[in-house]
Amino acid sequence: MTATVPGAADAVAPGAAPAGGLAAHQVCVAYGGQRVLDRVDLHVAPGETVGLRGPSGSGKSTLARVLALLHAPDSGHVTIDGEPLGGVRHRLPAQLRTRVAILFQSPRAATDPRLSLADVIAEPLRATGTPREQAAARTAELADLVGLTPDLLTRRPHAVSDGQLQRACLARALVHRPDYLLCDEATAMLDASTQAHVAAVVTDYQRRQGAGVLVITHDPALMKRWATRVVDLPAA
Amino acid sequence: MTDLALPARVRRLRRTGSAGTMVAVVVLGGVVAAALLAPVLWPLDQSAVDLSRTRLAPSPEHLAGTDDLGRDVALRSLYGLRVSLLVGAVAALVAAVIGGVVGAVAGSVGGWVDRALMRVVDTVAALPHLLLGIFVVAMLRPGLGAVIASIALTHWLSTARIVRSELLSLRNRPFVDAAIAGGAGRVRVLTRHLLPHVLPRLALATTLMVPHAVWHETALSFLGLGLPPHLASIGNMINDGQRSLLTGAWWASIVPGLLLVTATLALAVLTGRWRDRLDPRVRAELQL
Repeated sequence: MTATVPGAADAVAPGAAPAGGLAAHQVCVAYGGQRVLDRVDLHVAPGETVGLRGPSGSGKSTLARVLALLHAPDSGHVTIDGEPLGGVRHRLPAQLRTRVAILFQSPRAATDPRLSLADVIAEPLRATGTPREQAAARTAELADLVGLTPDLLTRRPHAVSDGQLQRACLARALVHRPDYLLCDEATAMLDASTQAHVAAVVTDYQRRQGAGVLVITHDPALMKRWATRVVDLPAA
Repeated sequence: MTDLALPARVRRLRRTGSAGTMVAVVVLGGVVAAALLAPVLWPLDQSAVDLSRTRLAPSPEHLAGTDDLGRDVALRSLYGLRVSLLVGAVAALVAAVIGGVVGAVAGSVGGWVDRALMRVVDTVAALPHLLLGIFVVAMLRPGLGAVIASIALTHWLSTARIVRSELLSLRNRPFVDAAIAGGAGRVRVLTRHLLPHVLPRLALATTLMVPHAVWHETALSFLGLGLPPHLASIGNMINDGQRSLLTGAWWASIVPGLLLVTATLALAVLTGRWRDRLDPRVRAELQL
């Protein structure tokens, strides 16, 4: 239920977490000999918003990438609904990968500069074989949800603001109706009103879909408002 | 935004960009058009020997004089440039295909395949490439094909490295992560998100290779290992012209040499401009 360090009083034995949900078990990750995550457990149940806190370099983003099935831990494993996953990235089938969506801190790095915003949002659908018309309809629906006007959809990333681009990234993250949404400092680069809108869209989606959300943020106010449970990641 | 706020490179491009580019376009266009249309515009026999008119100085009749066999140097230079440009372009294209495939496989498969391919690249790169080119020419039947093979087989290395390193730097970008998390398969990630970013660089590297390949062909022909002597190529002409040089007939070597320098320099200027504009940041700022 919580991120733990060995010996911590509230340490949860591996396997004690409830079966439903997205969970990291005893995850270790090292970069060039420097251990960033040391036997970390984290559990995100459907319907809850877990806040993840920790100093810079404590491995928050790495943990998010591990949970998003994008980075293979050196040891430990990730489970979805209690099922251990045998691999990351392309070793997992697309249906499984699309159950977890991730929203990155920098929308500019997270979008292909060659694609229009409409293509950015529709790409996950097109990649998994959805016909063009259906993908376009879903794109329009999501653009409306996140507050992007149709004329913005024809523009490329370099011609829109960070806030507008992050809205497109949010639409892309929701396009497959994921069961889990990981927000890795997703609102750090945004102005207050966009930040509030992004948080509202995520909260609303979570309520309707019963999705589990992981929020990484340095903003105490946002954390307090958003997260139902806060987990501290110790410094590496 | 004031002009001063822009990076120096952008300001320079704005100020001199269009003028310098126009000069290069006109020069390259003119030279290439003259070379390609030579048989139509001047339907004379460039290889006609006239021993009564050898080593004539430039005159209205022979704009660049004649060589030691009485052939018109200007006309023969244009024909030579045709051959040199053809060899250079085809060799650069073949090198780009070899290097592109090797780099794409190494950069997208990774692991031991990547390591093995890169060791091959390192090994070939460790050999002096003119020497290796001479070896390849010596192994094959002399002619255009041998020269093209010799240049292509020694010049795919940099392309392979460029494509591989571009793929490696793109592979772990968040937008590729997002595509994978969104369900895109390996082939779609490669064809839709990785290769389109590499293609402009590959095209640029190929174009930059053309002047180099032309010079390489010239070097091989100058050494007498390239194209057969009767075929007018820039290298053959410079080589032939050496005999006239000692008698004071400088034009037989200098004119084809100058033509080559002019054409390749204009091409290099254009590809340099292209490379500057390829940077999306510079491109976006130029549009402001």
